[in-house]
Amino acid sequence: MLAINYFTEVLASIGRSTMAMLAAIGRLAVFAASAISHMLRAPFYPRELLAQLLKIGYFSLPVVGLTTLFTGGALALQIYAGGARFNAESVVPSIVAIGMVRELGPVLAGLMVAGRVGASIAAEIGTMKVTEQIDALTTLSTNPMKYLVAPRILAATIAMPLLVLIGNVIGILGGFLVGTLRLDFNAAAYINNTVDFLEAGDVASGLIKAAVFGFIVALMGTYSGFHSGRGAQGVGQATTNAVVAASVLILASNYLLTELLFPA
Amino acid sequence: MSTDPKITLKGVQKAFGSNHVLRGIDLSVDKGSSLVVIGGSGTGKSVLLKCILGIIQPDAGEILIDGATLKNREEFLSHFGMLFQGGALFDSLPVWHNVAFRLRQGKAKLSKADAQELAIEKLRRVGLKPEVAFQFPAELSGGMQKRVGLARAIASEPSVIFFDEPTTGLDPIMAGVINELIREIVVDLGATAITITHDMSSVRAIADHVAMLHAGKVRWHGKVGDIDDSGDAYVDQFINGRAEGPIESVR
Repeated sequence: MLAINYFTEVLASIGRSTMAMLAAIGRLAVFAASAISHMLRAPFYPRELLAQLLKIGYFSLPVVGLTTLFTGGALALQIYAGGARFNAESVVPSIVAIGMVRELGPVLAGLMVAGRVGASIAAEIGTMKVTEQIDALTTLSTNPMKYLVAPRILAATIAMPLLVLIGNVIGILGGFLVGTLRLDFNAAAYINNTVDFLEAGDVASGLIKAAVFGFIVALMGTYSGFHSGRGAQGVGQATTNAVVAASVLILASNYLLTELLFPA
Repeated sequence: MSTDPKITLKGVQKAFGSNHVLRGIDLSVDKGSSLVVIGGSGTGKSVLLKCILGIIQPDAGEILIDGATLKNREEFLSHFGMLFQGGALFDSLPVWHNVAFRLRQGKAKLSKADAQELAIEKLRRVGLKPEVAFQFPAELSGGMQKRVGLARAIASEPSVIFFDEPTTGLDPIMAGVINELIREIVVDLGATAITITHDMSSVRAIADHVAMLHAGKVRWHGKVGDIDDSGDAYVDQFINGRAEGPIESVR
């Protein structure tokens, strides 16, 4: 009897967790749909959009640039060492390029922006919520979804591909610097190999991923901020939730997008 | 003063899970009249205001504005102003933009120069110097932030104004100044006002009528002049700030 009760309790607990998770996914989906619909309907706030483009895009450039620069360099070293096992050191330029453009550029930029921008959005909107600034917006005839959420999501979706494009160039440059200065590659041959091997589809797939990751980062930041609990602890938790959820979703959606864009 | 109800609440109920905050509120506020809602912490005063504004949806009951259910909230809000407990000023905007925020939105928005001029005029109305307009909220004291919040609430000369705990966190002198300003502004604009407060000096300075909330219902409702002789033990305990009485001090 005791064993049956225990078993029932375990099943009930799994059921409760599943229902809570489904409810959370449902709330997020409704929030995302509402944000998209507000992006498409007037009034628009171009000044807010520009400010967010600057904040999310321009001010993330140093962190994304440094991340991709060092990653490109490390990638060149790894591919050289790995390629040496079967006399394929010459593949360094092409594999660095394809690795950066298709995978590492968008994923690393996405994760860095999730940490920098996702956290900042969640903390800003969370603080606005607990200090009643969001209620104040409503009483001032301004829809918070239009004024706060739509410009941030749109800006992140636009800015991320641009950031990744620049990040890719810097990452390839990192590989080039290590390749020519440390691994004795000929500079002209390195560039030729890179340019000849890369296809437009490689670059486009990375940019599509970047746009999706930008959307995810801003969506999770705004959603977590909007659903922040009270006080400093609530805002802190919202910030953590935004970064963790965005990072996990970036990695999961990266796999799905890769399956979709490069079916085996 | 007319006896036309501007805002009427009929049987308004709201629960958050098992916490039944409002258990059937019946209340009306006449046009041009100032109602102050009092009651202990957690009795649902702020929830009541947010239900009227549509920020929180009531579970049951009716809220009528000018005798009809609110169909166009945007229209109602365009003639509405609110002073929030903590000011709720937008940190990222200078004071002038906070004050003129509503007037910088929409098709008929004011130019930057006109908005600054209007903001300075409203700031002067609440006793602040023009240079404050170009500071950011974080650079101001609590009392100044409250005044800026008040200037923002009256910027579009609203016909309905809500004040949420207008004197909380202020020293008695600043609280007196804010109370006087609120009374003056409400009279000057001829606005319908609802204020929620614990502060009895605010009640006596601002109110035409007073309603006391307790246990999710309106415990007492009457003219401010009658509050000392309400004959209600709950009201007596509250207005005299006594620890002993029917209201439990541990809630």
